[in-house]
Amino acid sequence: MRKFRYEKRTDVSMARKILNPVFFVLLAFLFCALLLGAMGFSPFAVYGKMISTIFSLRGLTRSIEAGLPLMFTGLAVALGYRMNLNNIGADGQYALGAIFCAGFGLYGPPMPAVLKIIVMFAAAMLGGALAACIAAVPRALWNVSETILTMMLNYVFLNVLNYLMYGPWKELNQMVAQTREIDSSLWLPEFGNTGISLALLIAVAIAFLLWFLLKKTTWGYQMEVIRRSPRAAEYAGMSVKKNIISTLCLSGAIAGLAGFAEVNGVLHRVQADLPNNAGYTGIVIAFLAYLNPLSTVLVAFLLGALQISAVAVQITGVPSQVATMIQGSIMLFVIAGEFFIRYRLVKVQKGEAA
Amino acid sequence: MSSTLLISILSMAVLYAVSVLYGAVGEIFAEKAGVMNLGLEGIMLMGAVSGYLVAVNQKNLGLAMLTVVLVGAVLGLIFAFLTITLQADQTVAGMAMLTFSTGMSGFIGKSVSGVNANLAFEAISIPGLCRIPILGPVLFQQNILVYLMYFIIPLSVFYINHTRPGMILRALGENPAALDSAGYNVFALRYAYVVFGSVMTAVGGAFVSLAYTNFWSDGMTSGKGWIAFALVVFSSWNPLTAVFGGLLFGAISAIGVDIQTLFPAIPSQIFATLPYIATIIALVFTTGNFRNRRSAAPAALTIPYDREKR
Repeated sequence: MRKFRYEKRTDVSMARKILNPVFFVLLAFLFCALLLGAMGFSPFAVYGKMISTIFSLRGLTRSIEAGLPLMFTGLAVALGYRMNLNNIGADGQYALGAIFCAGFGLYGPPMPAVLKIIVMFAAAMLGGALAACIAAVPRALWNVSETILTMMLNYVFLNVLNYLMYGPWKELNQMVAQTREIDSSLWLPEFGNTGISLALLIAVAIAFLLWFLLKKTTWGYQMEVIRRSPRAAEYAGMSVKKNIISTLCLSGAIAGLAGFAEVNGVLHRVQADLPNNAGYTGIVIAFLAYLNPLSTVLVAFLLGALQISAVAVQITGVPSQVATMIQGSIMLFVIAGEFFIRYRLVKVQKGEAA
Repeated sequence: MSSTLLISILSMAVLYAVSVLYGAVGEIFAEKAGVMNLGLEGIMLMGAVSGYLVAVNQKNLGLAMLTVVLVGAVLGLIFAFLTITLQADQTVAGMAMLTFSTGMSGFIGKSVSGVNANLAFEAISIPGLCRIPILGPVLFQQNILVYLMYFIIPLSVFYINHTRPGMILRALGENPAALDSAGYNVFALRYAYVVFGSVMTAVGGAFVSLAYTNFWSDGMTSGKGWIAFALVVFSSWNPLTAVFGGLLFGAISAIGVDIQTLFPAIPSQIFATLPYIATIIALVFTTGNFRNRRSAAPAALTIPYDREKR
């Protein structure tokens, strides 16, 4: 009888590190093709429509637009994981960031436009940081699970957002639950007619800044030590508590900026259910990007493309939730694939004990 | 307070508690075995939608529940394969399960979203017992899945604390290497408990769609899977304590609904946040590590078992 056993790889090449996940992503698409077929849809028609949606200039710009909030939430989640902090509350932080940002834009005192934009930027960060801070303090001081805390806060802040959208902040005489537009002087400049605003540059700049902070500063070094061994960090005189709070709050602030990007850059207002699960997609992104801030931006763009193509296939009768399903499958398959980066299957030779 | 209002609040609390207890008890078993599944919310959604799909299309509750159990088992097997065989990080694998099953539930459930199944687990009055003032209608005019929970709780407490397999289960999460040395198959046992946990969670989801709210829409468990997950920590891995937690959140949620009818001026979204805020407060006070209190978590929780590292 032929049997297999696992053997640990002694060294892993860069090519394997990159090609292995690509192969498993393709497997995930194959798996979803089977699911689509089982539900009575033609996978060729669905994937064909998705590909034709993305590969056009319009598709490209819309992918960037859809990927923009995901860049912020992806960066937020990746930053948390750098210290083994599972921030799954990016949705709520995004919501509170958008509330603070739009609140100041709509109801704040009059001031020069540029100054007001800067304050809105800061307000979005403050909102996100505040939402994360509520979870960060119990996590740092009393070791309460940040996973559950940030998740519960999602439900709280999304309800607060929707309360404002259906209630006091609702645009008058409109059916849609949204605020009125912020003044056009507060809109971020667009690149030509693409619909892509300056917010994209902000996302890229933050990615570079994070990359620099993580790679080149003592703060980044401390995070790495704490991730590997909080106890060793403590002995070395680092304050684990302070680092947990600052990292989670910064993570929340970045997620909050997704609100700024949407309010000042894209929608020019807030609407009900604005985050639209960007926080959860951010988890997928951070994982697929190996927590590297620069690749996070790229992966966010790719998942943005997946999302707009999933909306496009709706006209063929496929529910748009197919995007979430594909994302989840990709994550499942890539996780399974990671095993084969670390191990290889070898045939058991005759006479060798299994 | 009038007794009808009290009865209404308490029976809503019981329903709410049962809706989170299936997942919580299942997860207690999985975590006692050393495996943490963060994907409860997604598995509940898959249970809810698969049960509802069969109920709408086949008009058969037995078949619906059978499907739910199968779906739960398959999802549990996938998660077990990732975390036990492939030794994947349990947090990441849990998030993947959550994303996949949330998406898939919305995908396959589109056709029955908002469709009335005209079929649900109806309340059955227990003769005699349902006459007890207040407690009768609250506890003994419920549906069969609620009654099933009355048996599951004492049985699981007994199993974990007073039986030999229960002792092995506890060792599985505390010291799997010792169990392996004693000749037990750590991998197979962990598989079994993860699958059991997932099946229970899926049944909890079906309870929501077929015995509690009686409809399906995208994301309709609205965080009950997370509250179940929180209950596990909150209860220090004890099913009996989880019951009190479930009833507490249930009562808060039910009181919210009732106060809302008394004060229509206060928006519904504010009341909707109550169970989540209650969970946060309860979690901080019960699991917060004040004065270096020792955590009741199984020692080997989230640590994949690797024979080479024995």
